[in-house]
Amino acid sequence: MLVNRPIARSPDLRMTDFAIQTRNLRKVFDRKVAVEGLTLDVRRGEIFGFLGPNGAGKSTSVKMLLGLTAPTAGQATVLGCPVGDVKIRRRIGFLPEHFRFYDWLTAAELLNVHGRLYGMTEAQRRERIPALLDLVGLSEHRRQRVREFSKGMLQRIGLAQALLNEPDLVILDEPTSGLDPGGRRLVRDIIKAQRERGAAVLLNSHLLGEVEVTCDRVAFIKHGRVLESRRMDALAAGETRVRLRAGNLNDEVLSGLARWASAVTPNGHRFTLTVPSADVLPEVTRYLVAHSVDLYELTPEKKSLEDLFLEIVGSEGGL
Amino acid sequence: MGAWVMAGVTFREAARKKLLLMALLAGVAFIALFSTGLHFQVRDLRSQHVPRLVTQEAERAFIMMGLYAVDIIAVVLTALTSVDTLSGEISSGTIQAVATKPISRRQILIGKWLGFVAMLTIYVALMVGGILGMGHWLSGIVPRNLMLGAALIWIECVLILNLTLFFGTAFSTLTNGVLVLGLHGIAFLGGWIEQAGAVLHSPRTVTLGIVSSVIMPSESLWRRAAFEMQSPIVGALNISPFSNASVPSTAMIGYAAVYMVLVLVFAVRRFGRRDL
Repeated sequence: MLVNRPIARSPDLRMTDFAIQTRNLRKVFDRKVAVEGLTLDVRRGEIFGFLGPNGAGKSTSVKMLLGLTAPTAGQATVLGCPVGDVKIRRRIGFLPEHFRFYDWLTAAELLNVHGRLYGMTEAQRRERIPALLDLVGLSEHRRQRVREFSKGMLQRIGLAQALLNEPDLVILDEPTSGLDPGGRRLVRDIIKAQRERGAAVLLNSHLLGEVEVTCDRVAFIKHGRVLESRRMDALAAGETRVRLRAGNLNDEVLSGLARWASAVTPNGHRFTLTVPSADVLPEVTRYLVAHSVDLYELTPEKKSLEDLFLEIVGSEGGL
Repeated sequence: MGAWVMAGVTFREAARKKLLLMALLAGVAFIALFSTGLHFQVRDLRSQHVPRLVTQEAERAFIMMGLYAVDIIAVVLTALTSVDTLSGEISSGTIQAVATKPISRRQILIGKWLGFVAMLTIYVALMVGGILGMGHWLSGIVPRNLMLGAALIWIECVLILNLTLFFGTAFSTLTNGVLVLGLHGIAFLGGWIEQAGAVLHSPRTVTLGIVSSVIMPSESLWRRAAFEMQSPIVGALNISPFSNASVPSTAMIGYAAVYMVLVLVFAVRRFGRRDL
């Protein structure tokens, strides 16, 4: 498909497994430390969520990766090249949090200017621009001036310009801001399509639900430091709460559950167990059945990204 | 390549925003007013049996007055059109969509510069051409050293543009406008102080005027242009406000050119280093 072509590796492109690598990246504005020491690895083809409260240093970090802001200290490479390298930006797509551009341009003209800035040939632009307008649902508005666009339409045209150059790395800063449910679905589909074509995506979003369904890995950042990095498929692993509904469960059997469960909270026929891992649940089930317990329900409660976020970052609001 | 894209966008922005069109319409109105005034002056003076030499000099003075007004309008228009281009795009975030493309900061700034230079070149050419064309048609007079004079007016506008771009890398739109027009105001007043000092033989007053020209040499470019274009008789007699009582030296014109280039170099350097 035209808008979703796999990445073709050009021979001159420096090959590295990482789309982004940073080591102790630091940014100080006057006396205020915006980013303390960011160390991060994002692999090629990975969808990476960048999470943190307001003022955590996410946007400043993104700006440093894009060469908009110079780091005070530390190192960073993007697609194997030092940040600030102008040529590598041919391979990067970026959607700023509040996408703005010359609003006297029409949608098609806006993409044409961006295509020319990317150094795309006229033939490439003729091929890509209608396809991307179609992808973001703005084909009918291609001759409309951007100044007449709604916030959602602006965000859609911003997405189109970020994908125009078939990038190897897409950086999306709050991409669903201002979008209706249809637009949010579009962003999710676009992100998945980027994964399929082998591009890496750095997603900066407050909407944890979206990050949860799209990202392979997330990093929790606070005060400009990565507190923790987790694979999303490992989110279910680790300490798990289990909802249990059972009859004929006497005190002796209940105390026997201590072998697996660190805490058992009874509430009539309902119990809540906390086990170190969901892996022990078959054993727990066998134990209960062997002791003639009438088992009606045994449901592991998946920990949401929001729970994890609050656990790692804390509940105090951002700045 | 990137610089040309930015030059095209900058030029088209002025055209699409109808800025250039409005400036040209105002220019047409201005030239119409000038022409009407000159027409009446020529007709009335020539009907009064005044010696031809006197009427010619009066007509030349009228044309110089028109050119001076063009110079002031072109300077103000240059500052107004370019004052928002960097600070405005930085504050709105538009610059983020541009500066993350494979185009260097230098190319962005030089591209914008080229776009504005193209615009002000057309404007200066049309306005100076309009005044001179109408002046010649109505009075038969063509000021001397035309091209040199027009080039000096053009350089003055480019200097203002460069200074606006330089301040635009550091200050908000409003502060930038106040700074550039304030500096030009110093130059403007300094020029008249120098002129008055020369006529009244007050060396310290002349020095004060020269110091103001060193701080901001824009007005000295106009004064040199006026000196080059005006009638040698009027200049020698010190009876015109543009007399050569204290003409900016060639060294001062060279200084203005170096000032103009350096300000652009500093603008490029500063824009290249600042956080966006």
